[in-house]
Amino acid sequence: MAKKLHDTPNLDELEKGPWPSFVTGLKRLAKDNDMAVDLLGQLETSYKTKKGYWKGGTVGVFGYGGGIIPRFTELKDENGEPIYKDAAEFHTLRVQPPAGMHYNTDVLRKMCDIWERHGSGLIAFHGQSGDIMFQGATTDNVQGAFDELNEMGFDLGGAGPAVRTSMSCVGAARCEQSCYDEAKAHRLMLNTFVDDIHRPSLPYKFKFKFSGCPNDCMNSIQRADMAVIGTWRDNIRTDEALAKKWFAKHGMNELVNDVVARCPTKAFQLKEIKDVKKDEHISSVAISDTHAVEIDNHDCVRCMHCINVMTGALSPGQDKGATVLVGGKRTLKIGDLMGTVVIPFMKLDTDEAMDELVDLGQRIIDFFAENALEHERTGEMIERIGLVNFLDAMGIDVDPNMVSNPRMNPYVRTDGWDEEVAKIKAKKQAA
Amino acid sequence: MSQAQLRRPVESGVPDNKQFMHPTLLKNYGNWKYHDRPRPGVLHHVSYSGDQVWSVRAGTQRQMDVYTIRKLCEIADKFAEGHVRFTIRSNIEFMVSDESKVAPLISELEANGFPVGGTGNSVSMIAHTQGWLHCDIPGTDASGVVKSLMDELIVEFKREEMPNRVHLSTSCCEINCGGQADIAIIVQHTKPPKINHDLVANVCERPAVVARCPVAAIRPALVNGKPSLEVDETKCVCCGACYPPCPPMQINDPEYSKIAIWVGGKNSNARAKPTFMKMVASGLPNNPPRWTEVAEVVKNILHVYKDDARPWERLSDWIDRIGWPRFFEKTDLPFTKYLVDDWRGSRANLNASTHIRF
Repeated sequence: MAKKLHDTPNLDELEKGPWPSFVTGLKRLAKDNDMAVDLLGQLETSYKTKKGYWKGGTVGVFGYGGGIIPRFTELKDENGEPIYKDAAEFHTLRVQPPAGMHYNTDVLRKMCDIWERHGSGLIAFHGQSGDIMFQGATTDNVQGAFDELNEMGFDLGGAGPAVRTSMSCVGAARCEQSCYDEAKAHRLMLNTFVDDIHRPSLPYKFKFKFSGCPNDCMNSIQRADMAVIGTWRDNIRTDEALAKKWFAKHGMNELVNDVVARCPTKAFQLKEIKDVKKDEHISSVAISDTHAVEIDNHDCVRCMHCINVMTGALSPGQDKGATVLVGGKRTLKIGDLMGTVVIPFMKLDTDEAMDELVDLGQRIIDFFAENALEHERTGEMIERIGLVNFLDAMGIDVDPNMVSNPRMNPYVRTDGWDEEVAKIKAKKQAA
Repeated sequence: MSQAQLRRPVESGVPDNKQFMHPTLLKNYGNWKYHDRPRPGVLHHVSYSGDQVWSVRAGTQRQMDVYTIRKLCEIADKFAEGHVRFTIRSNIEFMVSDESKVAPLISELEANGFPVGGTGNSVSMIAHTQGWLHCDIPGTDASGVVKSLMDELIVEFKREEMPNRVHLSTSCCEINCGGQADIAIIVQHTKPPKINHDLVANVCERPAVVARCPVAAIRPALVNGKPSLEVDETKCVCCGACYPPCPPMQINDPEYSKIAIWVGGKNSNARAKPTFMKMVASGLPNNPPRWTEVAEVVKNILHVYKDDARPWERLSDWIDRIGWPRFFEKTDLPFTKYLVDDWRGSRANLNASTHIRF
């Protein structure tokens, strides 16, 4: 039995309504957990005053410099004593999830048991960076909780100016659009940087994200310093049985308005079967006895729309790999930046290819560590030094796939032009 | 305790997910052919091997107590072969290899208060942050805002009746950990930080704080004989960037920290390229425990979008078609001067054409 609950008229309002209530969950914990009782007390105070009452600090586990988010209450009485003393320390352990966030019930139950013994019993699946967040431990209990989780095969995630915890989509495990082994790339990459995850010493945070196709379910272009997004080079594949089935169900209006008209590059056309172009870059499939769709794969930008609408009837090609973008981030400091293409396509179907991806990650992080200013993300660094300087350092040749359009101003010194042309020619001849 | 007694960590990093994966997923890894959705909340995937798997998706409160997690485990063991996964939006998915298990699983989830949905053209669970529950710099709460809003949007979570999928996010400061979304709810401070000059010298690394300001409005100063910092309030954009490295520069204010609504963020490359969201409303009160004023604006935008957008138009695609003037007209939101961008690169956000809809 825990101590008596504080009055929480504001939070009680959040027990009403049909969506699962975290307040009800906290109250259940508070039946035999004083920390949850006092957490509710402090949170209710925030709801009354509209102020937050946590401050950071330094709490960690032996051997690591990060991964724990320390929280100490600032809600104190006139003598400087915490008003809600059993939640005066309420630290979080950030724990890295398995790729694709798969669990069995055995492992989830073990996590619950550990967190019931060492912490508040509150766990978030998952935080915005992808961590399992074990929320609410005293300073004394952090090490014990970590030791047990670590014994289970789980490890802390990143915090501060470090390589951060990563996320990958369900991908190859359950999605037909998967263009590479996301989980393998995720694990291989992150486990190369355990030192940079656990001992924050970069200019600022560095995030990897892994999406299996251009639907980018991990939102990686907008959020990741290095986004690895699956794509393919050859033709969209077709399945006539499923295409006819789709058309029989959805009809001509939907085909025209929802698919043909929505192709961003007009690569997708509806044709009479007899008029379909015969060309090695054309994908075509009959949707009825008289009509077929025709996709000019040279014009296709692999946006996924037609495949999303007609899944199964259309699917990504077989020459699969990934596009890599660098520099995505949100507002602070210079404003939002999306990632920029630095590798238009790379194969990821062999161990050697995966190693090349990891090597690229390593070189980008090394360059970032050397050249970024304090609290500067990769996107801001590239904005400051220019993409070409970044590519030079990475040993990557420029490619028109990296730009929306060429330069729109003359403010550039071009006296090396002939030399550059000669280099490009020489490379072409050598290839 | 001496250091010798402490256990050295095993730097194992990301665990191997194959040890936790549903056996049908493991067996058909990389070999899936297509999927369909037999009903909202259920995905049906078919493998080239002929194997099939049904995934039932349900909403959770994300911040879960161990009893809730154990209840989900009990349901997974009894109805779903003992395996689950979570989505990026904190939904839980139960995989079953036998179609006959789907209906009983759904009944059991619903009976225990876990709404089944969040697939396809639904309003999925709101990606959110920590808020007053655990963050050290929050302007508002996160879980409470989400709970309040999802109570009102649960019908759209359980149905697939929107023009396309709708992703929502909330963020309790302008750092926007909630991320880009079709509709985002983000704290917007409206007054410069209040500085406690007694504490700055001891708590803050002053040059680092000066460097953090995006508009160079902060400078070192001697205040009451103590080294401190001062803010040029005519330059300050009230972003709060100085507050995390210097807590004595309090940016949060019960009255003046307002809430803004942003729309049209799109993560996917489908159709148009990914887009950032745009601010369309601000000045909404931070009003716990139910944030009703925020909910009204969000629901209104959702309803107008639902009525007006064509199939497969994400919110950004819809606005691309109807244009911003009509967006503000249809949603009855005032277009104020604060919505005209003046940050770097802003000219790209101005209309340099005669493309005007009448």
